[in-house]
This record gives sequence, C-alpha cells and structure tokens, in this order.
Amino acid sequence: MSDTPAQTVPFVRDTMLPPAPPPASQAGALRWLRENLLSGPLNIALTLLGIGAVWYLLQGIVPWLAHSVWSADNLTQCRQIITDRWGEGATGACWAVIRERWTQFLFGFYPQHLYWRPTLAFALLFVALAPVLFARVPKKLLWFSVAYPFVAFWLLWGGSLFLPLTVAAGFGLGWAAFALLHRFGTIPAVAAAVLLPVLWWLLFAGDLSRDLTGLVGREVPFWLEQVRSDKFGGFVLAITIGVAGIALSLPLGIMLALGRQSDMFLIKTLAVSFIEFIRGVPLITLLFTASLLLNYFLPPGTTFDIILRVIIMVTLFAAAYIAEVIRGGLAALPRGQYEAADALGLDYWKAQRLIILPQALKISIPGIVSTFIGMFKDTTLVVFVGLLDPLKGITDAVRASTDWKGIYWEPYIFVGAIFFIFNFAMSRYSMHLERRLKTDHRQE
Amino acid sequence: MSEVIDRRIDRSHMQVSDEVAIQISRMNKWYGSFHVLRDIDMTVHKGERIVICGPSGSGKSTLIRCINRLEEHQSGKIVVDGIELTSDLKNINKVRSEVGMVFQHFNLFPHLTILENCTLAPIWVRKTPKREADEVAMHFLKKVKIPEQAHKYPGQLSGGQQQRVAIARSLCMKPRIMLFDEPTSALDPEMIKEVLDTMIELAEEGMTMLCVTHEMGFAQAVANRVIFMDQGQIVEQNEPAEFFRNPRSDRTKLFLSQILGH
Ligand SMILES: Nc1ncnc2c1ncn2[C@@H]1O[C@H](COP(=O)(O)OP(=O)(O)O)[C@@H](O)[C@H]1O
Ligand SMILES: [Mg+2]
Repeated sequence: MSDTPAQTVPFVRDTMLPPAPPPASQAGALRWLRENLLSGPLNIALTLLGIGAVWYLLQGIVPWLAHSVWSADNLTQCRQIITDRWGEGATGACWAVIRERWTQFLFGFYPQHLYWRPTLAFALLFVALAPVLFARVPKKLLWFSVAYPFVAFWLLWGGSLFLPLTVAAGFGLGWAAFALLHRFGTIPAVAAAVLLPVLWWLLFAGDLSRDLTGLVGREVPFWLEQVRSDKFGGFVLAITIGVAGIALSLPLGIMLALGRQSDMFLIKTLAVSFIEFIRGVPLITLLFTASLLLNYFLPPGTTFDIILRVIIMVTLFAAAYIAEVIRGGLAALPRGQYEAADALGLDYWKAQRLIILPQALKISIPGIVSTFIGMFKDTTLVVFVGLLDPLKGITDAVRASTDWKGIYWEPYIFVGAIFFIFNFAMSRYSMHLERRLKTDHRQE
Repeated sequence: MSEVIDRRIDRSHMQVSDEVAIQISRMNKWYGSFHVLRDIDMTVHKGERIVICGPSGSGKSTLIRCINRLEEHQSGKIVVDGIELTSDLKNINKVRSEVGMVFQHFNLFPHLTILENCTLAPIWVRKTPKREADEVAMHFLKKVKIPEQAHKYPGQLSGGQQQRVAIARSLCMKPRIMLFDEPTSALDPEMIKEVLDTMIELAEEGMTMLCVTHEMGFAQAVANRVIFMDQGQIVEQNEPAEFFRNPRSDRTKLFLSQILGH
C-alpha cells in the first residue's frame, strides 16, 4: 500500500443509502413563466414582441369572425346585413357562400342526383382502409380492400359493371399465372404475370365487357348512369387522385428503391435515371405532358381519360420521392441484418419482405407520410390542365357567378380547413403507427 | 484464463468421424487487389470442433464467411456437405440452410419477437408448419435457458441473452455445421460465460463447429484442433494441448504471448 496517499483513510460503507427524492423546487405556473418566457432581457423583449404580434392578428381576425353571416343570397345582401348589424365600416365573414355552394366544393359538377355515389365510395374507403391501417381489425376484411378500387371506380364513373370486372379479371389472371409458374423460377413467372394480363386487357377485355353489357342490357345491377371525367371536381376530384396516387405510389416507390440498390447494372441505371428525371422536373410539367403530349403518342382515336392520365403522372412523381425516402431507410439498416437473413438461407425477395423492408419502411414512415401529404396538396395543381380542383377551379367558378363576385377569403378558408383535416389526420396516424411499431426499446 | 470454464466436459458424444463436412482446397480471395486469403487448404470432418485464432485483420472472419458464401472466393474450391459453392443461388441457399452462423453483434431481427426470430427461417425456408416451428423454437430456447423471454423483443434482452437467442435461432434450422465469428467479443465479461456454456453444450452433443474466438479456455476445453492464421494464411494448426504448450512458429509464439499475457 506504499503508493496510497498518506491522508487516505481506509473506508468501508456499512449502511447503504436509500434513494431520496430530488430537492423540492418552486413548482407551478409562475416558475414555468419565469423559465420559459422571462428568463432574461432578450427573452422578455421577445415575449413582449410575440404578445404584440398575436394581439395585432387577433384584432383583425376576431371581429371579422364574430361578424359572421350564415344566410344570405348573395354578397351584396351579405355585406348589407353586416353593415346593418354592426354599423358602417364593419368587416365580417360571409359564410353564406359556403352554405349555398358547399356541394360544389365537395362534388364539383357531378350530377346532383348521383351525389350518393361518391359519398358511398368515400364511406367504403374507410372500410377498405381499416384492415390496412389498424392491427385490430379482422384481416378477412382485406378482401374488401382488394376489391375496393374496382368498386370505387364503378361508383364514381358508372357505366357497365363488366368493365371493372374484366379489368379485375386481368389481375386475377396475372396472379394465377404467377402462382402456377412460380415453381419454374421467378423470371418466367413474373414475365407471365405481366404479359398475360396486358394481352388480356388489350385484346379481350374491351370486347368481352361490351358483349356482356349488350347481353344483359343497361339495367341497374349491371349498369350505373355514366359520369364523364369533366364533371368531376372539388374534393371528389382531389380525393380520387390523392387516394389512387397514394395507393399506387407506395409499391412503385418500394420497387424503385430496391432497384436503385440492385447489383444489376441495367436495373440500377433505369431506377436511378427514372428517379432523378422525375425529381428534376416540376409536377406541372408532367401534368402538361399528361394532358397534351400523350395525345400525340397515342394512336389517333384512342380516348385516354384525363383523370387517369393525371393519376399516372402524380403517381410517378410521388413514387420517385418515396423511393428516395425508402432508400434512406434501407441505408440506415446495419449490414448485419442482410447478413443474418442471408446466413439463414432466405432468398432475396424473402429477405426483403420479411427482414429488410419492414424495418426500412418503419424508419421511413415520417418521410413517406410527408410525401403523401405533399402529394395530396399537389392535387390542386390539376387546375392547370383544366380540371376543377377545389382550391382554384371551384373557387373561381363560385366567384365567377354574379351572386358571389368579389368574395375572397371564405372559400379559401373553407377549402384550406378541409385539406387540413385530411392532412392532420394522416400526420396523426403516422405518429400512431410509429408508436405501434416501436419495438427497439431504445432509451429515450 | 480458463476460469470461465468451470465444469467437466462430457466427451462421450464428441466423436470425429471420417465423413468430410467441409473441404477447402487452394482457396484464394481478394478484396479488390488486396489478397486477403492465400491458398487456404483445410478439411473439416464431421464432429470436429475447430477454434480459429490469429491477430486482427488476419482473415479469420473472411474465411468462415466464405464457408456460407457471405463472401465469394475467387479461386480454389469449397465443398460444404457435398455441395460445391459456386455462383449457383440454389446451392448457396441449400448450404446456408445447412450451416448455422453466429455473429459477433448477434444480428437479431429487432422488429420480431424472440420466438419469431427463431421460427422465421424454418417457416419460410424449410416450410415447416407454424405450430411445429413454434415447438422447435421453444425447445431450443429452453436449451439456451431463456424460454421465458420468447415473447419479448431483442432490444429488451441483455447482450448475453441476445447471443444465446442468436444461437437458438441458428439451431432451429437443424444445421449440420455451426460457424461462430467471435461470439463473445462484444459481451461484458459476466455474460461471456453463459454464451460459452451454451457453446460447450453444443459441442458435447457432437455438433461440427468452427469458432473464431480468443477464448483460449474454451479452445483448450472443447476444441480438437486449433488453427492459427496470420496475413491470410494458415500458419499453424495442432491439437490444443500441443498448440498452447509447444507453439512452433514465431508468429504463433508472439500471438500467444500477447493474448495470454506472459
Ligand atoms: N469488405 C471488405 N472490403 C475490403 N477489405 C476488407 C473487407 N472486409 C475485410 N477486409 C479486410 O480484410 C482483412 C481481413 O479481415 P477479417 O477477415 O475481418 O479479419 P479478422 O476477422 O481476422 O480480424 C482486413 O485487413 C480487413 O481490413
Ligand atoms: Mg473478424
């Protein structure tokens, strides 16, 4: 013990200390105020400035909201009511425009007696989403989710029931081909699963659907009144494009992300070029391409629905972004995960599906949902190709009427509020999902 | 050095047969232009317990990763359980499902429960019905002494427990050969023993094992052969008692004096 300092006294603890609570601090609202708002001269100045700004804003908004008018036939009448009630020079909100025109904001120029169809399609959307979004919903409902796109298509556009049925049969054909040929290897199975449906759709589906319709006649269970795409507008249009785009861009984005990581030169190059090209071009360019250029490329006489074209472009656009978000998730996974999957003998697709993607997608949830939200808001850009989006298309139509010429804030606020509800719901859902999938138990 | 091995080893089932499990001949591997494995010749018989040691960077991991083709070799021949490793994916997956591997950092799947970690490969690779896979998994989890953790996630377990799950996960595929790449070097000292105990039990049951490890106590107690590697080559191999008592090459002597600290 010669190298112990002389003053060190040997020490053995004979009683262990019990844990004690932290010192009682000056709790309460005052302490919070002092710490968060008034902790120094700069902080005090900023707090005062903030209060001033809020006050200024409220001063403008509160009277405007307080002077709301809910029933009037036109803007002049509405302004008159405000002046009568609150005096000369008073400002007020004319919500009467919403009360009178809300159906137009929601349905565009969709025929009024058919409003029930998009409404039903929207309600069924939640039934279809439930088993996908929530773990507790019985998984049997997934069958409905698979059928939903065809049901929704029929409800929205109407026409013959056999059109969605023959299209769905094409997918069934592809699936059956894959299941039958899978044992002979992945490549022939995938090739058959792609080629057969395409041949079916190009050569047989149209005629078959027409013949069957001719056979049974345009009767109710097989025929719904047709609604052309140019009647779509407002939120029916925005939600149709948004939901279809979201549902299609996620799988495409996953495939692009995997393609970008591939060892195969051709696949990698294709994926990278596609992603970089799409991300380098404004969405509006793609929409113009959809509305104008495609006409030149398609054989003359073919009609290719404008909403369908827009959905394709919006999907491609969102998929490129989602691919990059997922690539970030893939890159965040340690190499050991791939190695462990390989070492257990899982092939590429099983390893991706069971090990890699569940983890990469989980990491990517916030980014993916952000992309979805951005895409849903971008659906308003379809106004540039002549479709009636809720924000500009419908609002302009409302303001063009003699009754509501000159109205400004109220329609925008209404449309903005509805967008907010959808986007906020998506954002909250993504947080719920992140919590539900949290299994790493890292310390916060 | 052998304080972690505190029990008698039951050698009644440790029999080396004439059957060849792994045959490596004149195998070379490069990373780019770096010659990482040079002319490796090695025959492993069924039932052998081989410990591979050597300085860091000598190519030990690369060697055992070539055996289940996590790494590709560029020349020479590797035959595992009668199957030659070529770029044929079918053969590679067949070999991988016969050869279990335990990694230094466990590499459990954090999004799956312990039980799901263990049943995943049997269900998806071996096509075992789920019920049966669950039973097999519980059997091996009992064997590694953590059946009560089956429904937890890897992140909730200690390092030693995670490594035992990783061993159980490999065993669920009923492998004929087990590869270990420094299974204890990421563990705190008090957890090393529980993992080594599990490995000893496996050896006692006659498993063919290749272990990269610096646990010389384990090598002396369990191995029938110790291989010393340096600079991508097998420098010396011998039975453990001789290897430690009478190392022949200077490199081996230097290495042993460094890790044993005399
Ligand atoms: N993926 C790789 N690319 C390039 N060099 C590598 C790679 N993996 C390992 N090496 C190099 O190969 C040598 C052997 O590595 P490794 O087999 O991990 O050694 P050990 O396991 O014996 O420590 C080291 O010099 C290492 O830097
Ligand atoms: Mg190593």
